[in-house]
Parts: sequence; structure tokens; C-alpha cells
Amino acid sequence: MPPGRPPAQTSLLLRVPELAGQLKFNPGFKRPLSTGERIPRICIVGSGPAGFYTAQHLLKHHKLARVDIYEKLPVPFGLVRFGVAPDHPEVKNVINTFTQTAQSDRCSYYGNVTVGKDVTVEELQQAYHAVVLSYGAEDNRILGIPGENLSGVYSARALVGWYNGLPENRDLKPDLSSKTALVLGQGNVALDVARILLTPLDLLQKTDITEGSLAAIASSKVKRVWLVGRRGPLQVAFTIKELREMVNLPGARPILDPADFTGLRDAIKDVPRPRKRLTELMIKTALEKPGEKEAKIWASATREWGLKFLRSPLEILPTANGKRARGIRMAVTRLEGSGESATAVPTGEVEELECGLILSSIGYRSLPLGPSVPFDPKHGIIPNHLGRVQGVPGLYCSGWVKRGPTGVIITTMNDSFDTAQSVLEDLQAGMLNVSNTKEGFESVRSILHSRGVHPVSFSDWEKIDAAEVARGQLAGKPREKIVDPQEMLQLIGR
Amino acid sequence: MITWRVPRLFRPLLNGLNIGKAQPCKVAEHSQAPATLQPERSFSSTHRLHDVPGDPSSAERVTVHFINRDGEKLTAIAKEGESLLDVVVNQNLGIDGFGACEGTLACSTCHLIFERDVFQKLDAISDEELDMLDLAYGLSDTSRLGCQVCVKKSMDGLTVQVPMEVSDLRRQMEVGKQSKQ
Repeated sequence: MPPGRPPAQTSLLLRVPELAGQLKFNPGFKRPLSTGERIPRICIVGSGPAGFYTAQHLLKHHKLARVDIYEKLPVPFGLVRFGVAPDHPEVKNVINTFTQTAQSDRCSYYGNVTVGKDVTVEELQQAYHAVVLSYGAEDNRILGIPGENLSGVYSARALVGWYNGLPENRDLKPDLSSKTALVLGQGNVALDVARILLTPLDLLQKTDITEGSLAAIASSKVKRVWLVGRRGPLQVAFTIKELREMVNLPGARPILDPADFTGLRDAIKDVPRPRKRLTELMIKTALEKPGEKEAKIWASATREWGLKFLRSPLEILPTANGKRARGIRMAVTRLEGSGESATAVPTGEVEELECGLILSSIGYRSLPLGPSVPFDPKHGIIPNHLGRVQGVPGLYCSGWVKRGPTGVIITTMNDSFDTAQSVLEDLQAGMLNVSNTKEGFESVRSILHSRGVHPVSFSDWEKIDAAEVARGQLAGKPREKIVDPQEMLQLIGR
Repeated sequence: MITWRVPRLFRPLLNGLNIGKAQPCKVAEHSQAPATLQPERSFSSTHRLHDVPGDPSSAERVTVHFINRDGEKLTAIAKEGESLLDVVVNQNLGIDGFGACEGTLACSTCHLIFERDVFQKLDAISDEELDMLDLAYGLSDTSRLGCQVCVKKSMDGLTVQVPMEVSDLRRQMEVGKQSKQ
């Protein structure tokens, strides 16, 4: 059996004689290169949608290039696994195409490797002709107001990580004992956390939400969730599909203040269709009598959600013992300007609201990787031009760390294709010096070994995947995510 | 989600078998079961999916042209009842990133632009399709999502445009800028 090849994969190929020949194309083999064959070796840091779409585009449009994808967790797929809500399984279908990419000849996956710690960017640049940074946004923007660190206050990012099984958030233990929760922010992440907090258990328990968070939500006392924005209805950042889901949520009733929506129909007469339809849905929900079906749901609803506008957080108010959140003080604002560029200006008025659970959903944020990689802290991105990192030849970036942490999968897909295009152009123009042979993972392997780091392969992930699916089946779920990285490693025999 | 151990040669042929929800077209001939090894298949690259009945008879054959983002015309012989997404996937047309959510109305990557007279004859658009179409870049008033449009005999000779993405236009502007220097 060839060295370094996962046994299961080898035996499968050997079982089908015509495909035994496939063995010779496995990158684990060192094929002798024919003269003149110049193989570009490209390294991608991060295995979320940005990393995989960049890899996909490179492999499709260059017949020789080899792409290695590094990931700090043992398991791949980034926000598709850890960000997309459990009740949105269709969005996760992209995992199928990513799996194809990872399994293709010229692509290799190396999980459990933290770039910046286990191996540096400089070391990667020595081993590869091009390095693409696609490590996303692992942090969140902070409110910067008093009381932000009280018990009962969390970032939406941490809550999402918690119910999606992100290892670093598994011990969050959010306090769900308050009847009223307040989400600061009106984007899709805000709607996601509100929806997960209010969805009937019998629906949640069929999803891939983690067992631990499901149990916590089962004993949650949260009955009402407010989504609070500094600006008005015309500036909401969430999109219509997610709003519709909220409006149709079983067992829940919307609380929208008609005063926020009167006169709005005129204001949207000439706006582009997407904003118009979104606003029309809010107006309809706020001002019109519900249809028969909705009326029934709303009449028997035990939970509520609502939108509050023109409120900017000033301070989170503590309980008597000073340890937990009991409410929030907000500035009442008014709008200056209109449309997307309208700004919220304080009026001097102030309002307080009682709530014991506060979730800040004001944006994710990327972190700098190290001194050798330029970073723009104001915008939270790596300065770049069409994906080429400014001032560092051979270094590229794609996804949220390139553009900022907004957008859905298609946005990241196109952005990643864009960066891949820059790499391909540079290869074509001879700017990446491919005639200078690089060893790729072969040089990185010994560096990692000397530091006691053992990468997780894609077929290792497939074992973890199979175990999660098997456990899920027992519980009537698509999978039961393993949330402890040690358990993942034990499963693959480490 | 099931991970299948499938030899690499077969994988490109499997895309079309992942049937999700929100499929408005008649897909009776497609298998709904997950793929398994089918070693009796030939290795021809033009071989169709085992489950789709072989060559469509001329009565069912519908020619569809896709104008790709770079202007290249891709021609496919479609079957009545397939969605335009099915056509792209089954025929392995080289349109980057098409159909990410596999026809489940969870993305807008199968966005296509139709000629006005064809557009007006298409089946009515649902709120769910409009919701996702609203997020598509380059939205036009003759845009639809390919996964929701079913091929009909009357569409023979149809030409659809794959819209450019924001990154394509940014590049065009770059090239324009450079040529002016």
C-alpha cells in the first residue's frame, strides 16, 4: 500500500480494476515531472466558501495547478457549517460542490493547522508560488458602551457559534431566563438569532442544531424578541426571504408599530424592486388585517417578535447586585438624509427598556494575521486590489477578509472567482516564477511535524462526518455535530 | 448529508441527482435516490445520467443556447420538462458557480436573462422565486432563476444570457482604465 494514503480510499479504488490507474494521479505520490512541466503550487488559508470557491476556480481554469487548503479547525467549511442557521439546510448544499473540489486530484485539505501559529505566512510563501488568505471574520464589532460585559449580554456571533457547534463557543451557557430579549441590529444574523430563540422545539429538534443548545433552548424563558435599529424601516439590512420566515413563524406574532410605517408607501414608489418589496412586506404586516391563516397563528401565538426603529444603545443597565443585565437605555434618533446613506442623529430624548438578554448583532470583524500581512484596522480588511495584497507579491486574499463581513454565499463566490482570476492572470504573465520549483505541502509537512502538529486530511473529515450523521440518525436529525476538537481527533485515531 | 465514496471519474455526472425542494418542473425520469457506483456505465464524457432516458426523441428535443459571461455561446439539447438548471448541470456546461444551492431557492446563482417575448410567456413567478431573484446582481426586468424555468417544446432555439457579476464589471473598468493610460 502506498505510504501516506488513507486505507479506505485506496481499497475502494483497488476494488474497481479500471480505476486502479487512478492511484497514479494521487497527490500523495511523488510523480516524476517531465521536463518543462511547471506546476504552480497554490496555498489557500481558510476552508469556508471563500477558500473553496477560490480553489474551485483555480483548478477549473488551470490544468496543472495544485491547490492546498489549510484550516485551523479539524473540520472544513467555515460559516457554511458554523454560520448558516440550522433551519436553512438548503444553503448548505454548497458543501456538495466543495466536497467534490476537496476530493479532486489536484486539491488537498489540511485541517487542524493554524496559520500564524503552527506555520507562518512567510513559511507558506516559501513553500508555494501563491498564497491566498481566506480566513474570514472570526471576531465581532463591539458596542463600546457601559454594561457591555454584564452577564446576559452576548454577541450574536457567539450565540450563532454556540447553537451551530463552533468549538470556541461551546461553553457559552447563555442565560435564557429572561422573558424579553433584545437584539441590537437589523440584519439577517439578527433575524436568525431571533428566529432560533422563538422557533417551536418540535421544528428545531429536526435540524442540525447541537444537542446542548437544543436542551438550553428547551428550558428558555424567552417569549419576546425585539430587533432594534438606529435608523428606520427603509434602512433595514435583512432580506425579504428571512423576514417572510419571521412573519410566518409558527406560534409567533409580529409586533410592528403602525406609526413606523404610515406614509411609507409613497416613499418607496420609485425605489428599486428589492427594497420596495421588502418594505411592502413590512407595511403589509404592520398595517393590514392578517389573512385567515395568519390570523389563526397570531391569535394563538405564545411568542412575539417586533422591530424598533430610531433607537441607539447608550448603556446596558445592571441589576441591583451589579452583575447582570436588567435593561437598556437608548437614545431616540431621527434620520438625516434618506435611503441607504441616511444617518441617525440623537434627538436628546432617551428611552429605557427592560430585558435580561441582549444580543449585539452589529457586524462580524476580521483580525490581523501578523506583522507580515498588511491590515486596515479601520475597515477590518487586508488592503488589496482585485484580491492582490498591496505591497506583497504572491499574496492574495478572498472573501470577508478582503471585502468586509457582509453578503451571502453568492457574493463570496463571485469575490473568490475574482481573486482566483487575479492569480491566474499573474501566472499567465509570468509574475509568480513557476519555473522556480516549490515543494508545497512537502516542505510544510516537516515544519508542522517539528512543531508537533498533525494535519487532518479530508478523508479524516469524512470519518468525522460519517460519525456525526450516524449519531444524528439516532436523534432524527441530519447530523449531531461534534463540538469538542479533542473528540474529533480521537475519532480519527489521534 | 451523506458523503459518498465515488470514484472521481463519476463525480461530475452526479450533480443532477441532488433533488431538493422547490422544483417546479416535471422530474419524473430523474432518480431521487442517492447515487451508487454504476460500473457498467461507459466512460464517454457525453454519456447522460443513467436515470434520464437516453437520447430524447425529436419530439422532446429542445435546443437551448446560453450566452456565457465572456460572450461564448454554449448550445445544449434539452429535454422538455427539465429546468434550465438541470440542463446546465446535466450537460456540464462551463458556467462558473451556476446553481450553488442545487435548485432549492436558497441562492441566485442560476440567474438568467431572457428575451422579452420569451420572458412574457414563461409560467408565473412565485413570491419565493422573486425573493431570491431580488438579491441577484444585474437584475433586469426579464430576469428569472433558471431552476424555476421549465423547458417547453415552444422554447426550441431559445437564447438566454448569463448575467455578468459585479466582479466582471469591476475588471472591465480596470481594463478600460489601463488602456487609457
